[in-house]
Amino acid sequence: MSPGLERERGLTMPEKKKLDLERREMPKQAPHIRRHNFCEVAHGYTAELAMAEAQRCLVCKKPPCIVGCPVDNDIPGFVQRIAEGDFAGAIRKLKETNCLPAIAGRVCPQETQCEVKCNLEKKKAPMAIGRLERFAADWEAAQGQVEMPEMRPPTGKKVAVVGSGPAGVTVAGDLAKLGHKVVMYEALHEPGGVLTYGIPEFRLPKQIVRREIDYIRKLGVEVVCNYVVGRTKTMEQLLSSYDAIFLGTGAGLPWFLNIPGENLCGVYSANEYLTRMNLMRGYAYPKSSIPIKRHRHVAVIGGGNVAMDSARTAVRLGAEEVYIIYRRSQQELPARHEEAENAEEEGVVFKYLTLPVRLIGDEDGWLKEIECIRMELGEPDASGRRKPIEVPGSEFRMPMDAVVVALGNSPNPLIPSCTPELKVTEKGTIFVSDFATGKTSMDRVWAGGDVATGAATVIMAMGAGRVAARSIHEYLTGEKLAATTSEVTNS
Amino acid sequence: MFKVVKMERVVPNIHLMEVEAPEVAEQMQPGQFVIVRCAEGGERIPLSVADWDRKAGTVSIVFLEVGVSTGKLARLKAGDSIPTLAGPLGNPTAIASEGQVLCVAGCYGIGSMFPIVRALHEAGAEVTVVLEARAGFLLYWEDRMSALAKRVFTITRDGSSGQRGHVTSLPEMLRQTGIAPRQVIVNGCTFLMSQTSKTLGGLGVPVTVSLNPIMIDGTGMCGVCRVSVGGKMKFACVDGPDFDGREVDWTELLARRKQYMDEEAYLCHRASSARGV
Repeated sequence: MSPGLERERGLTMPEKKKLDLERREMPKQAPHIRRHNFCEVAHGYTAELAMAEAQRCLVCKKPPCIVGCPVDNDIPGFVQRIAEGDFAGAIRKLKETNCLPAIAGRVCPQETQCEVKCNLEKKKAPMAIGRLERFAADWEAAQGQVEMPEMRPPTGKKVAVVGSGPAGVTVAGDLAKLGHKVVMYEALHEPGGVLTYGIPEFRLPKQIVRREIDYIRKLGVEVVCNYVVGRTKTMEQLLSSYDAIFLGTGAGLPWFLNIPGENLCGVYSANEYLTRMNLMRGYAYPKSSIPIKRHRHVAVIGGGNVAMDSARTAVRLGAEEVYIIYRRSQQELPARHEEAENAEEEGVVFKYLTLPVRLIGDEDGWLKEIECIRMELGEPDASGRRKPIEVPGSEFRMPMDAVVVALGNSPNPLIPSCTPELKVTEKGTIFVSDFATGKTSMDRVWAGGDVATGAATVIMAMGAGRVAARSIHEYLTGEKLAATTSEVTNS
Repeated sequence: MFKVVKMERVVPNIHLMEVEAPEVAEQMQPGQFVIVRCAEGGERIPLSVADWDRKAGTVSIVFLEVGVSTGKLARLKAGDSIPTLAGPLGNPTAIASEGQVLCVAGCYGIGSMFPIVRALHEAGAEVTVVLEARAGFLLYWEDRMSALAKRVFTITRDGSSGQRGHVTSLPEMLRQTGIAPRQVIVNGCTFLMSQTSKTLGGLGVPVTVSLNPIMIDGTGMCGVCRVSVGGKMKFACVDGPDFDGREVDWTELLARRKQYMDEEAYLCHRASSARGV
């Protein structure tokens, strides 16, 4: 959207409403306390705080926030209901478009999606949309009874959803509501995908993930864990018993820097580090039987949300010094602002403009030092960000007993590797002929989320799931469901 | 849940577990493995598969009791259940259909070698099996191997069965018997595989080893099973588990496998104190 148009929309504000520019803070655990526990950092709004925050909404005639939402939540709609104290109405509104509001409210990058578009953003006080979304979802859970949505009569069609992360859960939920029989397959022993193995307890309590999966089950979705599609059954075999398949298999193998020493003991990929802690509950060792190391000096390489999660996990495991090593400057840090701030409050030290060049081990193969080089910013590169350039002769070493490499990952390789007829791109993502449908090169097979786009966010995966669900429904029944505004705008 | 239909102590510390998993049995190929959890809250451990029965819908695993998880597995009884048995994972072992193949196995690797020997035999290869152990009472399945292989030799450290010594005596054995394998396959502990690779590397034929690094998901996500093969980073769960042992960085693999030994020892101690042992 052009800046001019945004300004024009800004003019649609009701003139009489007195602007309340005090964005309500969400109560959270103090840093010196939360450093020592894995409980959720933020406590969430109270009903009073939520209503006060919601009442700040300008109820724009053409709400720009909705345009920023990948799943097209009716933001002013649910916010208004909270403002009026109609919390049940608010959650009902949210669930029309988002089957995982408690999760999206916690992990969505609102500051680059809905909140950045808010007309109050211009006054430096955008609506706290994520916090309100989370409030509505938590309020419903606290009532002990989750309202069931309207369900269409059974169509007799069967769909297999492979992977139970944000994309898979969205597809499964949407299709179940439309009357299709859905079986969701998960390779790990617990459903939830990245929500379960990746995002730490202190940012997204697993109880919430289980609650959302239970909701999907109540919609009639059958969840089968310990099932490795591609291996336990081939795609061809699965196609013979289902009318359609959605592949949402998510992340694959981690990327490394390709510097010497990356296979030393004490060097982890973020995927391993976080999976060991979250899915396997290693943080409870020795009460849990998952062995972990409690390192004293930990360096996390990378500047995204996964890097923040790893660093903050290391802090909670009792590390004395935890560093984030990032080759660009603070301006370019890709992590959510809130998460970087949380990390800093918890004592994580940010080493900007620094690039590791070598990991040095002892005679037993254990990491003991990291060698880095300083960087400076040059001309903008292809991504539009200023390119970091090495400063010659600026190498330095730091003693380190653990390094977590959080540079991202390739898409999951398993299904493509055992399904030659499934086309993949050069990047290893499953080829999707049209992102407006999610269709792959294989007949009756759709894909979405990280495995189709490369690493992105939870909400982008949910958005892709929504698109695929609509396309699958159209294929199964011939009925065309209306596309949502944000998809139209973004395409 | 996956029902355990049979538990058997094969030799001291080595157990056979037969589990009901019809879909896994249906797809299983020689050289593949499964991820098992012994109980809720337990580790995910990769275990090679020793046999399967598609009609009965079961998978048999031969494993060494070495830590807390395998200890819990070893104490299961027929009729108990385990929460996870996922697979089959990894690429099957490439099976030659002609020529001589030398299969060297030790410890739990004797179990996983059995279906490889069977497949080689059925495909038409001439198989020589060498079983290695500390002592004769630790050897098993000689009879099953003999039924399929052209020859079965045993090597023990104390000489209580077959040749006395270690796999270092293999080149001499090959010379004496005139066996000239086109491929060597080794299954067993990392030490056995590394020693065999070094000893037989000079033959100039592939030494196929089935690597057993630490794994978590086992499906190409976590990256903990990375190994250096021919100077490149490979992931045993999806690129392997079979690699050419002549190209594997064994020092690195041996170190990486030992990473959690202290923590595991503490867990074992804790578990045995809890049992009042």
